[in-house]
This record gives sequence, C-alpha cells and structure tokens, in this order.
Amino acid sequence: MTEPVLSVRDLRVEFPTRRGILTAVDGVSFDIAPGEVLGVVGESGAGKSITGTAIIGLIEPPGRIASGEVKLHGLRIDQLSGEPLRKIRGKRIGTVFQDPLTSLNPLYRIGEQLVETITTHLNMSGAQARKRALELLGEVGIPAPETRIDNYPHQFSGGMRQRVVLALALAAEPELVIADEPTTALDVSVQAQIIALLKRLCRQHGAAVMLITHDMGVIAETADRVAVMYAGRVVEIGPVRDVIKSPLHPYTKGLMGSIPSLTGENDRLTQIPGSMPRLTAIPSGCAFHPRCPRAFVPCPVFRPELQDEAKSQVACWLYQPFPVTLSPVP
Amino acid sequence: MTAVLTQQAPGPAATAPLVQVTNLGRIFDVSKPWLNRVTERLPRTLLRAAQNVTFSIPRRETFALVGESGSGKSTVAKMVVGLIAPTTGDVTIDGISMNKAEHGAERRKLRRRIQMVFQDPYASLNPRWRAHDIVAEPIRAFGIAQSQAQTTSQVGDLLKLVGLDPADGAKYPHEFSGGQRQRIAIARALACRPEFIVCDEPTSALDVSVQAQILNLMRDLQDKFGLTYLFISHNLAVVRHMANRIGVMYLGRLVEVAPAKELFLAPKHPYTRMLLDAVPDLDLTGRQRKPVEGEVPNPVDPPPGCSFHPRCPFANARCRTEVPRPLPAGNAIVECHAVEEGRI
Repeated sequence: MTEPVLSVRDLRVEFPTRRGILTAVDGVSFDIAPGEVLGVVGESGAGKSITGTAIIGLIEPPGRIASGEVKLHGLRIDQLSGEPLRKIRGKRIGTVFQDPLTSLNPLYRIGEQLVETITTHLNMSGAQARKRALELLGEVGIPAPETRIDNYPHQFSGGMRQRVVLALALAAEPELVIADEPTTALDVSVQAQIIALLKRLCRQHGAAVMLITHDMGVIAETADRVAVMYAGRVVEIGPVRDVIKSPLHPYTKGLMGSIPSLTGENDRLTQIPGSMPRLTAIPSGCAFHPRCPRAFVPCPVFRPELQDEAKSQVACWLYQPFPVTLSPVP
Repeated sequence: MTAVLTQQAPGPAATAPLVQVTNLGRIFDVSKPWLNRVTERLPRTLLRAAQNVTFSIPRRETFALVGESGSGKSTVAKMVVGLIAPTTGDVTIDGISMNKAEHGAERRKLRRRIQMVFQDPYASLNPRWRAHDIVAEPIRAFGIAQSQAQTTSQVGDLLKLVGLDPADGAKYPHEFSGGQRQRIAIARALACRPEFIVCDEPTSALDVSVQAQILNLMRDLQDKFGLTYLFISHNLAVVRHMANRIGVMYLGRLVEVAPAKELFLAPKHPYTRMLLDAVPDLDLTGRQRKPVEGEVPNPVDPPPGCSFHPRCPFANARCRTEVPRPLPAGNAIVECHAVEEGRI
C-alpha cells in the first residue's frame, strides 16, 4: 500500500463559546491515496467544511484543533503556523471554495492573481509565470486566454470564474486539492462542465482531491471513495459504489432515500424525521439515535466507532457486538 | 382536521383550468440613469425577462417551471400572483383577470385564494414576530376568525398540520431550523384557506433530508385540501417528484411544455435533453454525460432566431434567423424548428 497523500487521525475541532465548548469535528479519521478523489458528504452543520479548513489551517480563532493529527505525506501540518504553513498552502495543497466571486480579488486582473500565485510558489520570472498562466487558462477551458487574462473577475460569468479558481488552485502543481462545494453556486449545465474539468485536471496532474459537497450526485460522478459525516463525525466511509448502492448506516440509507431521482417510481420520498442536532445539543452515544428508525439499547449510551463491514467502514451498533462490558462514555 | 381548514366546494366552472396564462411577457428597463445615458450617448437597455409564456393549470394539479438562473421562472411566478404587472398578455385565475382594471373588486376577493411560498425561509419571515403572529397575519388580514380565541385555535391547527407543535407559536423565527421555518411559511400560506399556491424554489435552501420532508408535506396537503400548485425549481428531480405537467424555460421563453412522465422519458427540445443529461447520475450506470458547451447568454442581448441556437447541436441556418413558434408535438408543446421539421 502506498503512503497516503493526506492522513487525518482523530481530528477534533473545538470552538469555545460563552455557553461552553462546541465540538464541530469529533474524532474524524481518513486517508486519501495519491490520485484518489475522496468525497465528503453531509448536510449543513455536519462539519465537512470545518474538516477541510482545519486541514489547511484556516480555522478562525477562537476555534482550534483540540486533538488529533493531520499528516501530508507523513509530515505533520496541524501544528504548523506562519511561514512553513504558507509554503504548504497554495503550493502543496490547492483550494477551491464555493463562491468564485469571493475567492477572487475583484481589484486585480485575473492574470495578476495567477502570476502572483505562480511566482510565490514556483521559481519563475514574471514573463515565465505569465506564460504559465496562459497555459493554465487554456487548460481550464477559458476561450481566448490571451485577451481574457487581462480581464477583471467581474467580467467573467460564474462558471468561467470557477474555472479561473481551478486554474489558481492547480497553478503550483499541488499534491492535494481541497474543493469545498465547488459546484453549488453554479447552474446544472455549468456544474457538469466544472465536475468533468475538475476530474480531468486532477487526473492529469496526479493530484488527490478532497471533494466536500452536500450533493450526492456530484459525489457519484466524481469520487472514488466517500465519507458520510453527521454531527461532526464520520458515520460511514467506503467505495462510492458500495455507499450509494448498498448503504450500511441508517443515516446514509435515509439520506439516499430522500434524494428525488430521475428514474424509478414516483413514490413518497423516504424522510428522516427531525433535523441535524445543533452543536450545543449533540445527543449522547450515537449522535443519530434520536432520529434513527433502528436505534436500540446501546445507541443512546455508547458511541460506536468506525469498524470494517463489507468493503466499507461504518460506525453503528447494528454491525458491531453489543457493548455490555463497556462503561458508559461520559 | 377541523372544519375550519376544509376546502370549500369548487365553483360551477370546476372543469375549466384554474389558472390560465396567455402570452405573458415582461420587459424590464435596465438602462443606466438618465444622466449617464445622455453624457455617454447610450440607448435604453431593455431586458425581456419573459415573452410569449402560455400555459394553464387544471384544478388540483401541479404545474412546474424549470430552468437555469436568469431564465425568467420567478418573473413569471410574480406575474401570476400579481406582484408585478406584465408588459403583455394576461393571467386569469378562475376566470378573473389579475391585471384588467375592470376586475378590481373581484380581484380583491380573489387574493385570499392565492398564496405564495418563497425560497428563503430566513428572509420571508419577519424576525421580530413570533411564529404565532406570522401565521395569524392572513387570518386577521382577511377577517377569517371571529374572535381572538378562534384565531389562536386556528393557528394551533395550522402548526399541527405542518408538523409543528402549537406551543412553538411562542417562538421567534431564529429559534427554528431552516426546514421548520419553511413549515411556518407553508402554515402561513394555508392560513387563509387558499386554492392556489405558488411555490418559488421552496426547498432549494434546505438540506436534502429536510427537502424530502417538505416535499412530502406539500404533496399530503395537496391531496388533503385539493390545492393547485405552480411549482418553480431548478432541480429536475424535485420537479419530477411534484409535477403533473412541466414547462421548461430558457431565456424568458417556454421552450417545452409536456406531461411530467413524457418529459423525462422522451424529452423533445434540445435544451430539455441537455438539462436532463446534465443531472448527475446517482444510479452509477456508467452513463457518459456529455457536458454541453457554453453558458446561458446575457438576456439583455439574446442571440437572434432561436435563443438556444449557439449551444444547440441541431441548429441550422433557419434556427439562427427565425424565432420558433410554439407548436404541438404529441402531448407536448415545443418551440423548436428541428422538432417541427422532424430532424430530431
């Protein structure tokens, strides 16, 4: 087995507030292999974006990584700060955020923004960097890059802006790209173009991708493996086909059933009663137990850990021996 | 449910469509201010947000409008409920025009029978009102309840109907989650016992599991009270789940209107085919999507001829010059030269 590009172990992100400490990410572990696309899926408040921001060290104080570790090719990066962290961000980890309008500086031409990124991370002169910027813009499918390179972000449409952001993320040939809802702000026809582009580029550049989204369709099209998050925890992780076709965790089952589909019978949608718990009131034991149709004795008391089951890993007492001997988790 | 909430018997013209939209069009003036126009010698800029939109909605059915952003779906919705006046064409609901001056008195009575549910439940509820007052507002405005106590009991019934606790009425909107807020918005829409509800992207701000709850609720309420919906969404899968008939909009034109089943089995207009093809494949059939080139053109300066021709794989010389007319094709109505000529 090759060494993973990214290895996250037992990551815990906390936000101290006046009403006590809120745990936004609680014991999340996963690996991403070179060239692999890991989809991270969950509803709002599941902690998927916080996991992404924690990896690149962008958690806003007073939020902090309370425990756990993040390794990039074996190098611990969760405790880095200042210059060493800046060298990793943009160079070894590229990022794509949801809203392409806010991730580009409106006051600079896109060429200047690309050249700045390239000269910061790669040892290139201004002229070389501009040439590279033109190549990148061509690669992400911007027509007539020679004229468009001197345009400002507002002169581009949403889809074109997201292409520019992709070019920026890939400018320094990163090993890992963290894409946080890259297609959510786009129309469905443009969304398909951007997904295809992201997939092709990462394959060409050999970059691993952490694709954060709430859209199972995007995951199904793009990801190799998928991690399902609920209330700050990973409840199921496995190959995308297994998780979508035969989900194990009751939450994943509910989530898949609640997606209206374009084929099959036009029945009632499966619905999960209730809603995602607030961070101030995460239930004890398995966080999903108040909404779970199959909750039983251990669920409100003991917290299940991820265990191998078929080709996936799932955190659910339905698949694990009943923990009679354990003492309750405080 | 209490008698208060049961639907009144349909009128004599029960077989006629409840809503009839004819040749509806709206032009917005998006010109720069007068001084700029004079100093920079610019002409007026007009945006055709909708043109020649014609459809009808039979009672107890759901008509859906789908399209990408800027296609004019919301403009049509607002014209249907009379929030903005159309430039051309007319909307009649139960035979009463929403625009003609002579129908003024009847229109005021009609208003009670039309309600709207908006996209963003964070913006459509007054943050300084309690949920009870929000739901009670239409009851008070239309004088439906005789007394304060009756209002309270009606609001309680409504909250129960949408799956909330009557005690939740004392809370403010910020104390509810997005899905619960949308339930309050639906309870408010139902408060004056409407027949026709216009839903403008009612679930696009919600998570998928909550979206399923709201869609199921809306279908249950439709069965219970015989509601008629105009349902607006950009999500084809949601529309398939809700609608009897679907209209596809592109740059302000209704390019295809077809029964829901047919639209998904045998889409006719190239744009509909493209939209269906662009939906991510959850069944993992390995179907290769072919992303369509290009983006929606600027509606201020739409292409001549058929506005879809720059992106259309079937476009020919006629498409580039002549605007297609809506023509029947099977059970559908399609605006496309290629379909008319039998080329596709």
